[in-house]
Amino acid sequence: MRYALLINERPGAYDGLTADERAAITAEYVALMRDERMISGERLQPAETATTVRVQGGRTLMTDGPFADTKEIFGGFYVVEADDLDDALELAARVPAARLGGSVEVRPLVER
Amino acid sequence: MLEEIFRDQWARVFAALVSYTGDVDVAEEAAQEAFAVAAERWARDGVPDNPGAWLVVTGRRRAIDRLRRDRTHAGKLRLLDRAEPGEEVTMDESAVPDERLELFFLCCHPALADEAQVALTLRALGGLSTPEIARAFLVSDETMKRRLSRARDKIRAAGIPFGIPREHLLPARLEAVLSVLYLIFNQGYGDGRADLAAEAVRLARILVGLVPGEPEAAGLLALMLLHDSRRAARVRDGEIVLLHEQDRGLWDVAQIEEGQALLDRALALGARGAYVVQAAIAALQTEERIDWRAVAALYDRLRELTGSAVVELNRAVAVAEVDGPRAALAIVDGLGLDGYRYFHSTRAELLRRLDDTAGARAAYRRALDLATTEAERRFLTRRLGEL
Repeated sequence: MRYALLINERPGAYDGLTADERAAITAEYVALMRDERMISGERLQPAETATTVRVQGGRTLMTDGPFADTKEIFGGFYVVEADDLDDALELAARVPAARLGGSVEVRPLVER
Repeated sequence: MLEEIFRDQWARVFAALVSYTGDVDVAEEAAQEAFAVAAERWARDGVPDNPGAWLVVTGRRRAIDRLRRDRTHAGKLRLLDRAEPGEEVTMDESAVPDERLELFFLCCHPALADEAQVALTLRALGGLSTPEIARAFLVSDETMKRRLSRARDKIRAAGIPFGIPREHLLPARLEAVLSVLYLIFNQGYGDGRADLAAEAVRLARILVGLVPGEPEAAGLLALMLLHDSRRAARVRDGEIVLLHEQDRGLWDVAQIEEGQALLDRALALGARGAYVVQAAIAALQTEERIDWRAVAALYDRLRELTGSAVVELNRAVAVAEVDGPRAALAIVDGLGLDGYRYFHSTRAELLRRLDDTAGARAAYRRALDLATTEAERRFLTRRLGEL
Protein backbone atom coordinates (compact mmCIF):
# COMPACT_ATOMS: atom_id res chain seq x y z
CA MET A 1 0.00 0.00 0.00
CA ARG A 2 1.07 3.57 -0.62
CA TYR A 3 1.07 6.06 2.21
CA ALA A 4 1.90 9.74 2.53
CA LEU A 5 3.93 10.73 5.56
CA LEU A 6 3.02 14.35 6.19
CA ILE A 7 5.70 16.02 8.25
CA ASN A 8 4.71 18.78 10.66
CA GLU A 9 7.56 20.62 12.29
CA ARG A 10 7.69 22.61 15.47
CA PRO A 11 8.85 26.11 14.61
CA GLY A 12 12.27 26.74 16.07
CA ALA A 13 12.99 23.01 16.47
CA TYR A 14 16.51 23.59 15.19
CA ASP A 15 17.24 26.67 17.32
CA GLY A 16 20.16 26.20 19.63
CA LEU A 17 21.43 23.11 17.85
CA THR A 18 25.09 22.99 16.85
CA ALA A 19 26.11 22.66 13.22
CA ASP A 20 27.05 19.03 13.90
CA GLU A 21 23.67 18.26 15.41
CA ARG A 22 21.91 19.80 12.41
CA ALA A 23 24.11 17.82 10.05
CA ALA A 24 23.26 14.61 11.93
CA ILE A 25 19.52 15.31 11.56
CA THR A 26 19.95 16.07 7.85
CA ALA A 27 21.80 12.77 7.51
CA GLU A 28 18.82 10.98 9.03
CA TYR A 29 16.51 12.54 6.44
CA VAL A 30 18.91 11.53 3.68
CA ALA A 31 19.02 7.97 5.03
CA LEU A 32 15.21 7.86 4.99
CA MET A 33 15.20 8.97 1.36
CA ARG A 34 17.44 6.01 0.55
CA ASP A 35 15.08 3.49 2.14
CA GLU A 36 13.81 1.12 -0.51
CA ARG A 37 10.21 1.78 0.50
CA MET A 38 10.55 5.46 -0.40
CA ILE A 39 8.78 6.52 -3.61
CA SER A 40 9.30 10.26 -3.37
CA GLY A 41 9.68 13.05 -0.91
CA GLU A 42 9.94 16.80 -0.88
CA ARG A 43 10.94 19.39 1.62
CA LEU A 44 9.08 22.70 1.55
CA GLN A 45 10.59 26.17 1.86
CA PRO A 46 9.73 27.92 5.16
CA ALA A 47 6.09 28.85 5.82
CA GLU A 48 6.88 32.55 5.38
CA THR A 49 7.39 31.93 1.67
CA ALA A 50 3.84 30.63 1.24
CA THR A 51 1.04 32.37 -0.61
CA THR A 52 -2.48 31.12 0.07
CA VAL A 53 -5.07 31.30 -2.69
CA ARG A 54 -8.87 31.27 -2.39
CA VAL A 55 -11.43 31.80 -5.13
CA GLN A 56 -14.56 33.63 -4.03
CA GLY A 57 -17.27 34.74 -6.46
CA GLY A 58 -14.91 34.21 -9.36
CA ARG A 59 -12.22 36.41 -7.84
CA THR A 60 -8.87 35.04 -6.87
CA LEU A 61 -7.84 36.24 -3.44
CA MET A 62 -4.31 35.92 -2.19
CA THR A 63 -2.89 36.16 1.28
CA ASP A 64 0.68 36.14 2.39
CA GLY A 65 1.71 33.13 4.48
CA PRO A 66 0.24 29.71 5.23
CA PHE A 67 -3.52 29.19 5.55
CA ALA A 68 -3.58 29.14 9.32
CA ASP A 69 -1.41 29.90 12.27
CA THR A 70 -0.75 26.59 13.96
CA LYS A 71 1.71 25.31 16.48
CA GLU A 72 3.15 23.01 13.85
CA ILE A 73 4.13 23.93 10.33
CA PHE A 74 3.73 21.53 7.44
CA GLY A 75 7.31 21.15 6.31
CA GLY A 76 7.40 18.35 3.76
CA PHE A 77 6.21 14.89 2.88
CA TYR A 78 7.24 11.45 1.79
CA VAL A 79 5.30 9.01 -0.33
CA VAL A 80 6.17 5.44 0.61
CA GLU A 81 5.23 1.94 -0.50
CA ALA A 82 4.77 -0.07 2.69
CA ASP A 83 3.49 -3.57 3.40
CA ASP A 84 0.89 -2.34 5.82
CA LEU A 85 0.22 0.37 8.38
CA ASP A 86 2.77 -1.02 10.84
CA ASP A 87 5.43 -0.82 8.17
CA ALA A 88 4.50 2.79 7.34
CA LEU A 89 4.32 3.76 11.03
CA GLU A 90 7.82 2.42 11.53
CA LEU A 91 9.15 4.73 8.82
CA ALA A 92 7.14 7.63 10.24
CA ALA A 93 8.68 7.13 13.67
CA ARG A 94 12.13 7.50 12.11
CA VAL A 95 11.39 11.00 10.79
CA PRO A 96 13.40 13.34 13.06
CA ALA A 97 10.62 15.96 13.21
CA ALA A 98 8.51 13.44 15.14
CA ARG A 99 10.86 13.55 18.13
CA LEU A 100 11.73 17.25 17.78
CA GLY A 101 8.37 18.50 19.00
CA GLY A 102 6.60 17.96 15.67
CA SER A 103 4.51 15.11 14.32
CA VAL A 104 4.12 12.91 11.29
CA GLU A 105 0.67 12.16 9.95
CA VAL A 106 0.41 8.85 8.14
CA ARG A 107 -2.32 8.78 5.48
CA PRO A 108 -3.05 6.01 3.02
CA LEU A 109 -3.27 7.19 -0.59
CA VAL A 110 -6.33 6.52 -2.70
CA GLU A 111 -5.39 3.62 -4.97
CA ARG A 112 -6.43 4.21 -8.56
CA MET B 1 -26.73 -25.36 23.88
CA LEU B 2 -26.36 -23.94 20.38
CA GLU B 3 -25.87 -20.50 21.83
CA GLU B 4 -22.95 -21.75 23.89
CA ILE B 5 -21.29 -23.35 20.85
CA PHE B 6 -21.82 -20.14 18.90
CA ARG B 7 -20.21 -18.05 21.59
CA ASP B 8 -17.26 -20.42 21.81
CA GLN B 9 -16.82 -20.58 18.07
CA TRP B 10 -17.47 -17.02 16.97
CA ALA B 11 -13.97 -15.61 17.49
CA ARG B 12 -12.20 -18.55 15.82
CA VAL B 13 -14.54 -18.53 12.86
CA PHE B 14 -14.40 -14.77 12.46
CA ALA B 15 -10.59 -14.78 12.74
CA ALA B 16 -10.32 -17.52 10.11
CA LEU B 17 -12.58 -15.55 7.76
CA VAL B 18 -10.66 -12.30 8.24
CA SER B 19 -7.50 -14.19 7.45
CA TYR B 20 -9.09 -15.80 4.38
CA THR B 21 -10.80 -12.74 2.91
CA GLY B 22 -8.45 -10.03 4.16
CA ASP B 23 -11.47 -7.86 4.88
CA VAL B 24 -13.26 -7.39 8.19
CA ASP B 25 -16.58 -6.38 6.64
CA VAL B 26 -16.75 -9.33 4.27
CA ALA B 27 -15.67 -11.62 7.11
CA GLU B 28 -18.29 -10.23 9.46
CA GLU B 29 -21.08 -10.72 6.96
CA ALA B 30 -19.90 -14.20 5.99
CA ALA B 31 -19.56 -15.26 9.63
CA GLN B 32 -23.04 -14.02 10.43
CA GLU B 33 -24.48 -15.90 7.48
CA ALA B 34 -22.63 -19.08 8.42
CA PHE B 35 -23.97 -18.90 11.97
CA ALA B 36 -27.50 -18.27 10.66
CA VAL B 37 -27.29 -21.33 8.41
CA ALA B 38 -25.92 -23.36 11.32
CA ALA B 39 -28.73 -22.28 13.64
CA GLU B 40 -31.25 -23.60 11.16
CA ARG B 41 -29.47 -26.75 10.06
CA TRP B 42 -28.04 -27.89 13.39
CA ALA B 43 -31.39 -27.57 15.12
CA ARG B 44 -32.75 -29.96 12.50
CA ASP B 45 -29.84 -32.33 11.76
CA GLY B 46 -27.78 -32.06 14.94
CA VAL B 47 -24.39 -30.47 15.56
CA PRO B 48 -21.56 -31.70 13.28
CA ASP B 49 -18.46 -33.33 14.76
CA ASN B 50 -16.30 -30.30 14.14
CA PRO B 51 -18.62 -27.29 14.39
CA GLY B 52 -15.80 -24.76 14.05
CA ALA B 53 -14.53 -26.16 10.78
CA TRP B 54 -18.08 -26.50 9.47
CA LEU B 55 -18.71 -22.83 10.21
CA VAL B 56 -15.42 -21.74 8.61
CA VAL B 57 -16.06 -23.71 5.42
CA THR B 58 -19.61 -22.38 5.20
CA GLY B 59 -18.38 -18.86 5.90
CA ARG B 60 -15.73 -19.11 3.18
CA ARG B 61 -18.33 -20.16 0.62
CA ARG B 62 -20.54 -17.27 1.63
CA ALA B 63 -17.62 -14.85 1.37
CA ILE B 64 -16.77 -16.02 -2.12
CA ASP B 65 -20.40 -15.78 -3.19
CA ARG B 66 -20.50 -12.27 -1.88
CA LEU B 67 -17.30 -11.26 -3.65
CA ARG B 68 -18.55 -12.74 -6.92
CA ARG B 69 -21.74 -10.73 -6.63
CA ASP B 70 -19.74 -7.64 -5.93
CA ARG B 71 -16.81 -7.61 -8.32
CA THR B 72 -16.12 -3.98 -7.54
CA HIS B 73 -14.19 -5.13 -4.48
CA ALA B 74 -11.00 -4.65 -6.45
CA GLY B 75 -8.68 -5.69 -3.68
CA LYS B 76 -10.32 -9.09 -3.34
CA LEU B 77 -9.60 -10.28 -6.85
CA ARG B 78 -6.66 -12.28 -5.58
CA LEU B 79 -9.06 -14.31 -3.49
CA LEU B 80 -11.38 -14.84 -6.44
CA ASP B 81 -8.48 -16.01 -8.59
CA ARG B 82 -7.94 -18.78 -6.09
CA ALA B 83 -11.55 -19.90 -6.32
CA GLU B 84 -12.81 -19.75 -9.87
CA PRO B 85 -16.54 -20.14 -10.50
CA GLY B 86 -17.68 -23.74 -10.27
CA GLU B 87 -14.75 -24.83 -8.21
CA GLU B 88 -15.69 -26.23 -4.82
CA VAL B 89 -13.98 -24.73 -1.83
CA THR B 90 -12.29 -27.61 -0.14
CA MET B 91 -10.25 -27.71 2.99
CA ASP B 92 -9.11 -30.11 5.59
CA GLU B 93 -11.87 -29.59 8.08
CA SER B 94 -9.77 -30.62 11.02
CA ALA B 95 -7.11 -28.04 10.33
CA VAL B 96 -8.64 -24.65 11.00
CA PRO B 97 -5.74 -22.75 12.52
CA ASP B 98 -6.48 -20.71 15.62
CA GLU B 99 -5.91 -17.09 14.58
CA ARG B 100 -7.55 -15.43 17.54
CA LEU B 101 -4.27 -13.91 18.69
CA GLU B 102 -3.94 -12.14 15.32
CA LEU B 103 -7.51 -10.94 15.84
CA PHE B 104 -6.64 -9.54 19.28
CA PHE B 105 -3.77 -7.58 17.76
CA LEU B 106 -5.99 -6.30 14.97
CA CYS B 107 -8.80 -5.13 17.25
CA CYS B 108 -6.41 -3.56 19.77
CA HIS B 109 -4.22 -1.78 17.25
CA PRO B 110 -3.13 1.58 18.71
CA ALA B 111 -4.01 3.34 15.45
CA LEU B 112 -7.66 2.85 16.47
CA ALA B 113 -9.32 5.01 19.11
CA ASP B 114 -9.54 3.38 22.56
CA GLU B 115 -13.32 3.15 22.46
CA ALA B 116 -13.16 1.59 19.01
CA GLN B 117 -10.62 -0.98 20.23
CA VAL B 118 -12.90 -1.90 23.12
CA ALA B 119 -15.99 -2.21 20.94
CA LEU B 120 -14.21 -4.21 18.24
CA THR B 121 -12.71 -6.58 20.79
CA LEU B 122 -16.10 -7.26 22.38
CA ARG B 123 -17.65 -7.81 18.95
CA ALA B 124 -14.91 -9.85 17.30
CA LEU B 125 -13.39 -11.80 20.19
CA GLY B 126 -16.29 -11.77 22.62
CA GLY B 127 -18.99 -12.41 20.05
CA LEU B 128 -21.27 -9.82 21.67
CA SER B 129 -23.89 -8.30 19.42
CA THR B 130 -23.81 -4.60 18.61
CA PRO B 131 -26.89 -3.87 20.81
CA GLU B 132 -25.28 -5.76 23.70
CA ILE B 133 -22.13 -3.66 23.44
CA ALA B 134 -24.20 -0.49 23.10
CA ARG B 135 -26.07 -1.35 26.31
CA ALA B 136 -22.84 -2.06 28.17
CA PHE B 137 -21.50 1.38 27.29
CA LEU B 138 -24.80 3.20 27.71
CA VAL B 139 -24.93 4.48 24.14
CA SER B 140 -27.58 3.98 21.47
CA ASP B 141 -27.43 1.03 19.08
CA GLU B 142 -26.98 3.50 16.25
CA THR B 143 -23.97 5.13 17.91
CA MET B 144 -22.31 1.78 18.55
CA LYS B 145 -23.06 0.60 15.02
CA ARG B 146 -21.38 3.70 13.61
CA ARG B 147 -18.42 3.30 15.95
CA LEU B 148 -17.85 -0.28 14.82
CA SER B 149 -18.34 0.53 11.19
CA ARG B 150 -15.92 3.48 11.33
CA ALA B 151 -13.35 1.24 13.00
CA ARG B 152 -13.74 -1.41 10.29
CA ASP B 153 -13.44 1.27 7.62
CA LYS B 154 -10.19 2.47 9.12
CA ILE B 155 -8.80 -1.06 9.32
CA ARG B 156 -9.42 -1.50 5.63
CA ALA B 157 -8.45 1.95 4.38
CA ALA B 158 -5.36 2.41 6.53
CA GLY B 159 -4.07 -1.11 6.00
CA ILE B 160 -4.00 -2.18 9.64
CA PRO B 161 -2.46 -5.64 9.39
CA PHE B 162 -3.96 -8.95 10.49
CA GLY B 163 -1.03 -10.84 11.94
CA ILE B 164 1.42 -11.15 14.79
CA PRO B 165 3.37 -7.88 15.08
CA ARG B 166 7.05 -7.92 14.29
CA GLU B 167 9.30 -8.89 17.18
CA HIS B 168 10.36 -5.37 18.20
CA LEU B 169 6.73 -4.16 18.22
CA LEU B 170 5.40 -7.14 20.12
CA PRO B 171 5.80 -5.99 23.76
CA ALA B 172 4.05 -2.66 23.13
CA ARG B 173 1.27 -4.32 21.13
CA LEU B 174 0.66 -6.95 23.78
CA GLU B 175 0.52 -4.15 26.33
CA ALA B 176 -2.16 -2.48 24.17
CA VAL B 177 -4.22 -5.69 24.15
CA LEU B 178 -3.93 -6.00 27.93
CA SER B 179 -5.01 -2.43 28.48
CA VAL B 180 -8.13 -2.95 26.35
CA LEU B 181 -9.08 -6.00 28.43
CA TYR B 182 -8.39 -4.04 31.62
CA LEU B 183 -10.62 -1.20 30.36
CA ILE B 184 -13.45 -3.67 29.70
CA PHE B 185 -12.98 -5.20 33.14
CA ASN B 186 -13.05 -1.85 34.90
CA GLN B 187 -16.13 -0.77 33.01
CA GLY B 188 -17.85 -3.84 34.41
CA TYR B 189 -16.29 -3.73 37.84
CA GLY B 190 -16.61 -0.05 38.70
CA ASP B 191 -20.20 0.27 37.58
CA GLY B 192 -21.24 -3.09 38.90
CA ARG B 193 -22.03 -4.34 35.41
CA ALA B 194 -21.03 -7.89 36.18
CA ASP B 195 -21.55 -9.12 32.64
CA LEU B 196 -18.73 -6.96 31.30
CA ALA B 197 -16.35 -7.96 34.08
CA ALA B 198 -17.14 -11.60 33.39
CA GLU B 199 -16.63 -10.99 29.68
CA ALA B 200 -13.23 -9.41 30.39
CA VAL B 201 -12.26 -12.46 32.45
CA ARG B 202 -13.35 -14.74 29.62
CA LEU B 203 -11.32 -12.77 27.07
CA ALA B 204 -8.27 -12.66 29.35
CA ARG B 205 -8.51 -16.44 29.78
CA ILE B 206 -8.52 -16.87 26.00
CA LEU B 207 -5.52 -14.55 25.69
CA VAL B 208 -3.55 -16.31 28.42
CA GLY B 209 -4.32 -19.59 26.69
CA LEU B 210 -2.86 -18.16 23.47
CA VAL B 211 0.26 -16.68 25.09
CA PRO B 212 0.85 -18.85 28.19
CA GLY B 213 4.43 -17.65 28.57
CA GLU B 214 3.59 -13.95 28.79
CA PRO B 215 4.00 -12.86 32.41
CA GLU B 216 1.99 -9.62 32.28
CA ALA B 217 -0.98 -11.36 30.63
CA ALA B 218 -1.05 -13.91 33.46
CA GLY B 219 -0.73 -11.01 35.91
CA LEU B 220 -3.73 -9.26 34.41
CA LEU B 221 -5.91 -12.38 34.56
CA ALA B 222 -4.81 -12.92 38.18
CA LEU B 223 -5.77 -9.35 38.99
CA MET B 224 -9.19 -9.75 37.38
CA LEU B 225 -9.93 -13.04 39.13
CA LEU B 226 -8.85 -11.76 42.54
CA HIS B 227 -10.87 -8.55 42.27
CA ASP B 228 -13.87 -10.24 40.75
CA SER B 229 -13.88 -12.94 43.45
CA ARG B 230 -15.24 -10.38 45.93
CA ARG B 231 -17.96 -9.13 43.62
CA ALA B 232 -20.90 -10.68 45.52
CA ALA B 233 -19.67 -9.20 48.80
CA ARG B 234 -19.02 -5.68 47.55
CA VAL B 235 -22.64 -4.58 47.55
CA ARG B 236 -25.24 -5.41 50.23
CA ASP B 237 -28.83 -4.16 50.07
CA GLY B 238 -27.81 -1.77 47.31
CA GLU B 239 -24.98 -0.28 49.34
CA ILE B 240 -21.20 -0.44 48.91
CA VAL B 241 -19.54 -2.61 51.55
CA LEU B 242 -15.96 -1.83 52.53
CA LEU B 243 -13.37 -4.59 52.45
CA HIS B 244 -13.15 -5.15 56.21
CA GLU B 245 -16.94 -5.30 56.55
CA GLN B 246 -17.48 -7.76 53.71
CA ASP B 247 -19.02 -11.18 54.34
CA ARG B 248 -16.15 -13.49 53.44
CA GLY B 249 -18.61 -16.30 52.98
CA LEU B 250 -19.65 -14.55 49.78
CA TRP B 251 -16.15 -14.53 48.33
CA ASP B 252 -15.56 -16.95 45.47
CA VAL B 253 -12.91 -19.18 47.02
CA ALA B 254 -12.21 -21.21 43.88
CA GLN B 255 -11.62 -18.02 41.95
CA ILE B 256 -9.29 -16.66 44.64
CA GLU B 257 -7.28 -19.87 44.47
CA GLU B 258 -7.10 -19.71 40.72
CA GLY B 259 -6.06 -16.05 40.86
CA GLN B 260 -3.41 -16.81 43.46
CA ALA B 261 -2.00 -19.65 41.35
CA LEU B 262 -1.88 -17.39 38.30
CA LEU B 263 -0.22 -14.66 40.33
CA ASP B 264 2.47 -17.12 41.41
CA ARG B 265 2.94 -18.18 37.81
CA ALA B 266 3.14 -14.58 36.60
CA LEU B 267 5.76 -13.77 39.23
CA ALA B 268 7.71 -16.91 38.38
CA LEU B 269 7.67 -15.84 34.73
CA GLY B 270 9.14 -12.50 35.78
CA ALA B 271 6.08 -10.24 35.71
CA ARG B 272 6.87 -6.92 37.36
CA GLY B 273 4.30 -4.62 35.74
CA ALA B 274 1.36 -2.71 37.17
CA TYR B 275 -1.14 -5.56 36.77
CA VAL B 276 0.84 -8.10 38.74
CA VAL B 277 1.50 -5.59 41.54
CA GLN B 278 -2.23 -4.89 41.77
CA ALA B 279 -2.93 -8.62 41.74
CA ALA B 280 -0.48 -9.05 44.62
CA ILE B 281 -2.25 -6.32 46.57
CA ALA B 282 -5.62 -7.96 45.92
CA ALA B 283 -4.18 -11.30 47.05
CA LEU B 284 -2.90 -9.79 50.30
CA GLN B 285 -6.32 -8.30 50.90
CA THR B 286 -7.95 -11.71 50.81
CA GLU B 287 -5.87 -12.84 53.82
CA GLU B 288 -7.54 -13.20 57.21
CA ARG B 289 -5.11 -10.70 58.73
CA ILE B 290 -4.05 -8.17 56.13
CA ASP B 291 -0.36 -7.28 56.09
CA TRP B 292 -0.88 -3.53 55.60
CA ARG B 293 2.83 -2.81 55.65
CA ALA B 294 3.27 -5.09 52.64
CA VAL B 295 0.23 -3.54 50.98
CA ALA B 296 1.68 -0.04 51.46
CA ALA B 297 5.03 -1.18 50.02
CA LEU B 298 3.29 -2.61 46.95
CA TYR B 299 1.35 0.62 46.43
CA ASP B 300 4.68 2.41 46.63
CA ARG B 301 5.97 0.20 43.85
CA LEU B 302 2.78 0.76 41.86
CA ARG B 303 3.18 4.51 42.20
CA GLU B 304 6.70 4.23 40.77
CA LEU B 305 5.28 2.31 37.82
CA THR B 306 2.27 4.51 37.14
CA GLY B 307 3.04 7.91 38.71
CA SER B 308 -0.65 7.99 39.60
CA ALA B 309 -2.08 10.16 42.39
CA VAL B 310 -4.97 7.71 42.76
CA VAL B 311 -2.44 5.00 43.61
CA GLU B 312 -0.93 7.31 46.21
CA LEU B 313 -4.41 7.77 47.67
CA ASN B 314 -4.71 4.00 48.01
CA ARG B 315 -1.29 3.83 49.61
CA ALA B 316 -2.49 6.34 52.19
CA VAL B 317 -5.31 3.96 53.15
CA ALA B 318 -2.71 1.27 53.88
CA VAL B 319 -0.49 3.77 55.70
CA ALA B 320 -3.44 4.66 57.95
CA GLU B 321 -3.51 1.03 59.12
CA VAL B 322 0.24 0.98 59.80
CA ASP B 323 1.13 4.49 61.03
CA GLY B 324 -2.30 5.86 61.95
CA PRO B 325 -4.74 8.31 60.34
CA ARG B 326 -2.62 11.43 60.86
CA ALA B 327 0.25 10.12 58.76
CA ALA B 328 -2.24 9.06 56.10
CA LEU B 329 -3.99 12.43 56.07
CA ALA B 330 -0.67 14.18 55.50
CA ILE B 331 -0.24 12.11 52.32
CA VAL B 332 -3.84 12.62 51.18
CA ASP B 333 -3.79 16.38 51.69
CA GLY B 334 -0.80 16.65 49.40
CA LEU B 335 -2.74 15.16 46.47
CA GLY B 336 -4.47 17.36 43.90
CA LEU B 337 -7.50 15.15 43.47
CA ASP B 338 -10.31 17.55 44.31
CA GLY B 339 -12.59 16.27 41.54
CA TYR B 340 -12.21 12.63 42.58
CA ARG B 341 -14.94 11.19 44.79
CA TYR B 342 -12.74 8.64 46.60
CA PHE B 343 -10.33 11.43 47.54
CA HIS B 344 -13.06 13.03 49.60
CA SER B 345 -14.48 9.80 51.04
CA THR B 346 -10.96 8.74 52.08
CA ARG B 347 -10.29 12.12 53.70
CA ALA B 348 -13.66 11.94 55.43
CA GLU B 349 -12.85 8.55 56.90
CA LEU B 350 -9.44 9.72 58.15
CA LEU B 351 -10.90 12.92 59.65
CA ARG B 352 -13.58 10.86 61.37
CA ARG B 353 -10.93 8.68 62.95
CA LEU B 354 -9.14 11.83 64.10
CA ASP B 355 -12.42 13.01 65.74
CA ASP B 356 -12.68 15.99 63.38
CA THR B 357 -16.44 15.61 62.92
CA ALA B 358 -16.99 18.90 61.13
CA GLY B 359 -14.16 18.20 58.70
CA ALA B 360 -15.41 14.67 58.12
CA ARG B 361 -18.94 15.89 57.49
CA ALA B 362 -17.80 18.42 54.88
CA ALA B 363 -15.67 15.80 53.14
CA TYR B 364 -18.48 13.20 53.06
CA ARG B 365 -20.80 15.83 51.60
CA ARG B 366 -18.29 16.61 48.87
CA ALA B 367 -17.91 12.89 48.11
CA LEU B 368 -21.68 12.58 47.97
CA ASP B 369 -21.85 15.41 45.41
CA LEU B 370 -19.40 13.53 43.22
CA ALA B 371 -20.81 10.00 43.69
CA THR B 372 -21.84 8.29 40.47
CA THR B 373 -23.79 5.25 41.61
CA GLU B 374 -26.73 4.73 43.94
CA ALA B 375 -24.77 2.17 45.97
CA GLU B 376 -22.09 4.76 46.70
CA ARG B 377 -24.65 7.40 47.59
CA ARG B 378 -26.35 5.09 50.08
CA PHE B 379 -23.06 4.21 51.71
CA LEU B 380 -21.96 7.83 52.03
CA THR B 381 -25.35 8.96 53.32
CA ARG B 382 -25.24 6.34 56.07
CA ARG B 383 -21.68 7.27 57.05
CA LEU B 384 -22.68 10.90 57.20
CA GLY B 385 -25.61 10.04 59.43
CA GLU B 386 -23.39 8.05 61.79
CA LEU B 387 -21.06 10.97 62.53
